[in-house]
Parts: sequence; structure tokens; C-alpha cells
Amino acid sequence: MADSHHPVWQNAVVVAVEDVAAGIRRIVLRPELPRPTRPGEHVDVRVLIDGAPAVRSYSVVDGTHGGGQLAISVFRTPASRGGSVFMHSLEPGQLLEITQPLQNFPLRVGAPSYVLLAGGIGITAIAGMAALLRRLGAEYRLVYVGRSRAAMAYLDELSALHGDRLRAHVDDEGGALDVQALVDGVAQDAELYMCGPIRLMDAVRRAWAERGLDRTGLRYETFGNSGWFEAEPFVVRIPRLGVEAVVGSDESMLEALEREGVDMMSDCRKGECGLCQVKILDRDARIDHRDVFYSDRQKEPGTAMCCCVSRAVSAAPTTTSGARPRAVLTIDVP
Amino acid sequence: MTVAATRTTTTAKLLSHPLNAWYAAGWDHEITSRGILSRTVAGRPLALYRTEDGRAVALADACWHRLAPLSQGRLVGRDEIQCPYHGLRYNAAGRCTSMPAQETLNPSATVPSFPVLERHRYVWVWLGDPTLADPALLPDMHQMDSREWAGDGETIHAPCNYQLVLDNLMDLTHEEFVHSSSIGQDELSEAEFETTHDEHSVTVTRWMRNIDAPPFWRKNMRDKFPGFEGKVDRWQIIHYYFPSTICIDVGVAEAGTGAPEGDRSRGVNGYVMNTITPETDRSCHYFWAFMRNYRLESQLITTQLRNGVHGVFGEDEAMLQAQQAAIDANPDHEFYNLNIDMGGMWVRRLLERALEAEGRPAAVPSAAPGA
Repeated sequence: MADSHHPVWQNAVVVAVEDVAAGIRRIVLRPELPRPTRPGEHVDVRVLIDGAPAVRSYSVVDGTHGGGQLAISVFRTPASRGGSVFMHSLEPGQLLEITQPLQNFPLRVGAPSYVLLAGGIGITAIAGMAALLRRLGAEYRLVYVGRSRAAMAYLDELSALHGDRLRAHVDDEGGALDVQALVDGVAQDAELYMCGPIRLMDAVRRAWAERGLDRTGLRYETFGNSGWFEAEPFVVRIPRLGVEAVVGSDESMLEALEREGVDMMSDCRKGECGLCQVKILDRDARIDHRDVFYSDRQKEPGTAMCCCVSRAVSAAPTTTSGARPRAVLTIDVP
Repeated sequence: MTVAATRTTTTAKLLSHPLNAWYAAGWDHEITSRGILSRTVAGRPLALYRTEDGRAVALADACWHRLAPLSQGRLVGRDEIQCPYHGLRYNAAGRCTSMPAQETLNPSATVPSFPVLERHRYVWVWLGDPTLADPALLPDMHQMDSREWAGDGETIHAPCNYQLVLDNLMDLTHEEFVHSSSIGQDELSEAEFETTHDEHSVTVTRWMRNIDAPPFWRKNMRDKFPGFEGKVDRWQIIHYYFPSTICIDVGVAEAGTGAPEGDRSRGVNGYVMNTITPETDRSCHYFWAFMRNYRLESQLITTQLRNGVHGVFGEDEAMLQAQQAAIDANPDHEFYNLNIDMGGMWVRRLLERALEAEGRPAAVPSAAPGA
């Protein structure tokens, strides 16, 4: 059975919704084409943002045997992509268009040991891995980082299931994670699977590289929805095409340019493949690189960006009135 | 009047194969660190090789990028394979370690790496759910690499559905007709047989008492007991192990010396080891060996037995090929069952139950022959 990369769209009925942490809602779906789910899988969902259709990806947290029901959990982030607002509006009985589970973050069975690291809503991708490793009797640790207990979904269930194998780091209890110590404590042949905010993942990546660990042992998934800065609206211009658009805080630059009718090339829409890269001709802005395609060396000069996930933020200081002028990017596209 | 459908086992002409099972991908010596073996196992093209430290690896034989066959690439470094087209490299876990024209690695870039076990002179792969790949489920072929047994074998690339080979081995009455010059004799289809089964295995036992030894067995007896003459008691005890391994305990002993009761000291004993790996719906890799527990020191006997069985199995291969062709040429005709198919029918039922548990139909959907 191959890992599935080919989207098969289907209808799903919302069976139940439940708040499982501050701002996080668990949504149980009954797909019309059930298929057993595996850890690391996600579904793509058609959402409406201000009445316009868009696609968002959500990790499958768990599923019933055979996949007759599967659960996702959505963190409501009013400041960024508007899909979460739509998802939080769902009620039991409503119909939703979703794909069959897609796999981009497979857990390899048979590694000598595992470290699982989840930050915030990233637990949705990691919880299923932990459950499977426990069932298989594997050597694993689960590290779960959050701002506060109230904001950490499934913490009690995970604690009951994994006991001493779970370590929770709660920021507002002074338990912040020491990333350096975490990576230093990883066994040479261990695999580390992580999903969480970009700052956390970036810190782990750096520590991993500094220690000289095998880079294929570090596994992660990013949907490109976590940045170094809060998402804010910015202006993008393409002089050659006479295009100027405002990129809203709840959409990507790629989506905004497509909305303006620019013939854009792209593929993964999560900052991995590099097909959507654009040249930056001029900028009155800082670039919030949210992709994993460019190396640090390539990101630093700010002359190119992956427009599916990366954003511009104002470089100007906040004025006395509390307002900041919008960031402006001048780019060219292939 | 209506008749209820009461069949509990179908007789599919093209049986599908379970995926949650170990299949032999090749002989241990076929898979090396010097080159890449391209072989399709259970419908899945594989690139098979060994790491520098000798560990066998089975990767899906298609690059993540544009699906070019990795088996046409080359081995590099400690455990890596390089795509022949754009040079992407993967390690033994199937993870990309190098991509062209970029400084990072796309975290999604992997090719499936399947669980592998090396045992009993074969390299085994598990193509189904990797979380179920339990080494304890490997069929018992311990005679292949035991100090108490000697022998060797070969591979037949059989142009037929794998189940036809299982049918062939589960009912040896065909020896009388297909192998009349070597191991066949009238008593085969006259002797009674007994069938037993459990969840993973089926056993068919047949004893023929006080008979003349056919040429193959007379020769073997004389290898151990020079100048042997006289009647023998002959046995065939067929052990099927899920999904497609059949080990046949065969032999003859001087008639009336107690072999049926357990004393085989006045006889010769062999084990015909067969493990059949589906390739496509209409072809399979049939790995066999003939092991014996006497005259272990004699390479001459090993070679003679291997060559002898090669000749016998060549007769089976010709029949299986003709049978598959006739099946495909008569799509409107069904299989009917005989009393002699008891063992083969239990094998079918175990395979059908496994397929049902995987949520897959037992019969391969009918398609154009030659697919």
C-alpha cells in the first residue's frame, strides 16, 4: 500500500464539534469514501473565506478503525489565514468537501528510537504517531510545548496514554523548552519528528545541523502557516505587468496575485518545492520567509521569496498614532 | 425452487494476493552491494540492494521526482542509491539525501522503503502495512540453512497466477501423469490422503505402503543404502504456510521397517522447499530447493538432486503455462473442484480470508489477458 499523494475529493458530514483547548476545536467528520488513516496524514478541505473558495490542510488527529470517522482539530487564528474562521463556524450535520487522507509526513517504522516534538496545534500531526509507537512498543519520547495548559489540546489524554514518556513544557509555568538540551540528548541514530511554530522548528533544525546529526533523521511538516512575524496586509507590485495588489492578512501573496489574474506557477503551496519563487526587485519591507526551500544563506539577502507562504512585513517603526505604513514589495515573476 | 448460495470458498481463476505477508524477493546471493536488482514483487516494482555493511534494502523502484526507475541508477556511499535521471539520492530508509540545483531538501521527498528480513537463504519483503510486519509470521523453512540438511535450488519464472502453483503443489496426484518417468506411479492417485489445517497452515499427508520405488527414489535409496532392492513405504507430507510457502516432507523407507510409525532410519528423507512470490496477476517467482538429511557431505548428490528436480519442475512449468493460456482463452468457463483439491481449497480459503481482512476482493478483476 503506497502512501497516498493523489487527492481524491469526497463529501464528508460533520458529525461533532467540540472545543478541546482555548481557540482549538475538534471536528469529527464522516467521509463518504472511508479509508484507514495513518499517522502523519492530513486532509485538504475546501473552505470559504469571505465567500471565496480556498483549500486548507489539516492533520488527521485520529480516526476510527477503517476510517469511517476521522477527527481534525483547528486552531482559530483571526490574524492569519481565514480558513480557521470558516472551520470554527461548522456545525453537526453540515457537509464539507475533503480529500481522502494524504500523506506527506510518514512515520518510519523500525527506527531504533524516536523523539516526537509538538508545538501548540502541531500536536494534531504528532499525537497519532505517539499512539502508534506506543502500540508497537517502540522506544519513544513525546515532547509537547505550549503557551499555557489551557491552550494545549489533548494534554490530559496524552498524559494518561503516555505517562512518563510525555514531557509537557508550558511557557506560562516557566517550563520553556531548552531546544539545545533536547537536541543534545537525542541518540545518534534516533529520528525526530516535529510539527509546530516556525521558531521552534528552526531552532531544532539549527541545533540538529550544529550537532552534525544525519539530516534525514529530522522529519517535519509545515503547511507554511507559521511565520516569524504576525501576518499583516502588504502591497505587492509587478511593474512589468502593471499589477498592484494588496495581500490580505488571511491570504497568501500567491492567492492575491492569482486573484489579480497573474498567470502564476506553483505546486506544493506550503513552501517546499520552490516553483512559486519570485524575484524581489525592490522592497520597503522585511521578508518573513516561511518556506523550507531556501537555505539560510539564500534567504538572507531578501532578493527572492516563495510567494505561496512567505510574506512582507513593515520595516517601519510604529508611529505615535499606533499605525504603521504598509509594507511594499516590487517583484517580477517568471 | 430456489437454491441458496452456500459456497464458502470461491474458485477464482485469478486469485489476488494478500499484501500483509512476507514474500521472498530473491535468493540471498542475488541481492548485493555491487549492483541493483530490479524485481517486481506482488505487483510492486522494487529496487533491491545491500548497504556497505551488508543489510538488504527494498525501495520502490521509482524516483519521487519523475518516477524514473532507481534500479537503473547506481549505489553510492554507505547506503544510498542515486536516480539515473537527475541524480537525486536516497538512503536505505528511502529518504532523499541530495537534490539537484538547491541547497535544501524537500522534506516530502521520499520513496517507500519496505521492511526486509533475511532468513533461510532468502531476502523477504513486506509490502503491506509496515506496522504489522512481524518476523514471527515468516514461514518455517528452517531446513534451508540447517546443519542437518543439505541441498540447493533454483528459481522458476512461472508464467501463471501464483495460486496455480499452490494448487499444483497441494495435490501431488498430478505426478502420475506429469512426471511419469521420474516420481510418478499409479499408487499416487490410488492412495488415500488426510488433510488438516489451522489459521496459517494446511497439511496434506499421504502414505503409500509396500510399493515399488519409482526411479528417482530408487536412486536416492541406493545413495544411502548401496545396492538396495525391494519394496518401500513412500510418504508425501505437504505443509503449506501462509501466504505461499509449501514445504513437502518426502521420502521412502524399506517397506515394513516402521516409517509410518515414525522410524525412518531405514529410509531417505527429503524436503521440497517451495516459496512462490506473485509478480503480476499472471506471473510469479517460484523459488525452490531440494534439501536432504543424508550424505550431507556429497556435493555430487546435491548437484544430481538439483538437476533432477530441475527436470521434474520443468514439466510442471510447461503445464502451468499451458493451463494459464487455456484459462485466458476460455473466459466463460469456470473451475470445478475434485476431491483431490481438498488441500488446495483450504489454501484458497486462508488466502481469501486474508484478502477480506485487507478489504480487497479475492478475484483479480477480469481484464484483458496478458495484462
